[in-house]
Parts: sequence; C-alpha cells; structure tokens
Amino acid sequence: MEINIQKRVLEANETQADKNRKFFKEHNVFVLNMMSSPGSGKTQLLCKSLKKLMPNVRVGVIVGDICTRNDADRLDVTGAKVTQINTDRFGGDCHLSAPLIFASAEGLGCSDLDLLIVENIGNLVCPAEFDIGEDARAVVLSVTEGEDKPLKYPLMFRVADVAILNKIDLLPYLDFDAGLAKDNMQQVHPHLPVFEVSARTEEGVEPWLDWLKIKVFEKTGK
Amino acid sequence: MHEMGIAQELVQIALDSIPGEIENPKVITVNLKIGKLASVVEHSLTFCFEIITKDTPLEGARLNIDFVPVMVHCKFCDNNWEVTGPVFKCPFCEDGDVEMITGREIEITSLELTE
Repeated sequence: MEINIQKRVLEANETQADKNRKFFKEHNVFVLNMMSSPGSGKTQLLCKSLKKLMPNVRVGVIVGDICTRNDADRLDVTGAKVTQINTDRFGGDCHLSAPLIFASAEGLGCSDLDLLIVENIGNLVCPAEFDIGEDARAVVLSVTEGEDKPLKYPLMFRVADVAILNKIDLLPYLDFDAGLAKDNMQQVHPHLPVFEVSARTEEGVEPWLDWLKIKVFEKTGK
Repeated sequence: MHEMGIAQELVQIALDSIPGEIENPKVITVNLKIGKLASVVEHSLTFCFEIITKDTPLEGARLNIDFVPVMVHCKFCDNNWEVTGPVFKCPFCEDGDVEMITGREIEITSLELTE
C-alpha cells in the first residue's frame, strides 16, 4: 500500500518564514541575514557598520551562537538594540530557524527599527538552507580562508544577494588572490555584488553601507 | 549538520500522513526527493532517521532517495542546462542572470506500507 504525500520537509520552517516576512513588513523593517564561516569577522564588521549607520538608520541585531553572549556584549556598545540567541549551552543547532527569529524579533521589538540584522551562526553550510523571512542575505568571506571557498560551499554563495570580502588589510601578508576569490564567487553566482572591506581599518566599509542603505530605503522608504 | 532537524520534520510528516484507521501500521519505505544542491548528507540523514524512528511505525523503514539534478535557467539568453559542479555561469552567453529550476528540493513524496 502506498500513501501519496508530496510535501516539503522544511514546510514548517517555510510557513513560519512567511509569517516572519509579514511581521517585518507590518513593522516596515528591512531584514538582513548575515552568514559566514566562524571567524570571518562578522561581529567586527557589524560593530563598525552600526557605529556609522546609527542613529540615522535605527538598527537592531539578533546574534546567534551556540554558546556565550560575547558577540552581543561587543555589539551592545554600539547603542543598537541587541539580542543574543544561544542554540544550546554546549553544542546546539548549527543554524537559526524561522521560529527562533520570530520569538527574538518579537522580544526585541521592531516598531522603532529601520533595519534588523541577523548575525547567523558561523557555518557555511546549514544556514543557507533555512529561510528566516529575511529581505536579503549577505555572505562574509575573509581573506584568511582560501579563494576556493565559494566553489566548496556553492549553495551559500548561490543564495546570497551580496558578498563581503573581509580583512583585506591582511592581503600584503598573504598569498590570497582577491581577484580569484571574487571570480569564484561570481562563477557560482553571476553578478553577485562583492565588496572588499577591512572591518579593522574601515577601508571599503562605506560602499558596503551605501548598498545596504539603498536596500533599506527601497523597502521601507526610510 | 542539520540532518537531525530534517529527520525530525520528515518523521512528523510521515506519521501524520498514516491514516488512523490502519491498525498497527508498518512503513517499509519512505520515498524522498532531494536536490543535489540541498545541504543534505544521505548517510547522516539515514543515521538520524534510524535513531528517532525506534518504536514507531517507521522503525526499520528504508529511505529511498531520488536525487534531483541541478537545473538552471539563464534569464538573459533563455537557455536551460544541468549544473554538475559549482559553476553557475551560463555556458551559452557566459554572462546572464541565472535562476535555479530544480536542485534544492527536500520533499517527501510517498510512504509504502505493508498490506
């Protein structure tokens, strides 16, 4: 006996992601899902970005990690509204799911925000698979990771709307070929906008923020 | 490694799909469609599935996975082709804004039960 089903296995997450999208639209807030491998410099980039964006752009951050609230503590000093998700005390989920984001966004309160940034758990595989109701996805790759990462983790670079090549201040000390890394990203995702940035020295941060501000304006009119 | 979450969702959908009037149901095969670009590792999924189906109608069932090729459409030159590696650049116009047609599915299509 065969029972026909035809259902998406991640339907529950996708349904919640659609609810999240509706919630974010009602609150007129643009949501950016920021993903990368661990140690690419997402938090440093966010700290520098938030200092430049606030207070003209009102930003909230949901930061995900398996353990600790170290990143939230680093981001708190920027004045942005920050909330930390820990997926477990020792070794929890490797990604943030739509229900977790909804609970955090509600707790954070979105009515006084223009931009909500979700700093996803450091992982180039799993977060790419889970829709959280975001408006855009950013992937951060640092120059200490190897030019071929986009070819090794194609789904992440396929689902991204923008890429940031971080830590370019280290290029003089490395054999890393930034042009090749960018080319690999665009082999996986033709026309992907790529910003070369050093969060540490703030080189290249402004063009990346201009891209982000345009996206926020396009959705919210703010 | 999110296969446990996928296995849990899969098991829930499968259990909810078994009609209540069947006495002592026993599932022998779960048919799935998984895109080749979906981040699912077959042996991890099977391992998780085996663990969480103990003492359920799905215990001992086989996961029969139909892997779906990655098909891409170029919005610029309108060609379709199968992507077999990580390169998505259009081989026809070598440019183009591409969209995925198939390859990201994670779907349960049917259950096979003993009569």
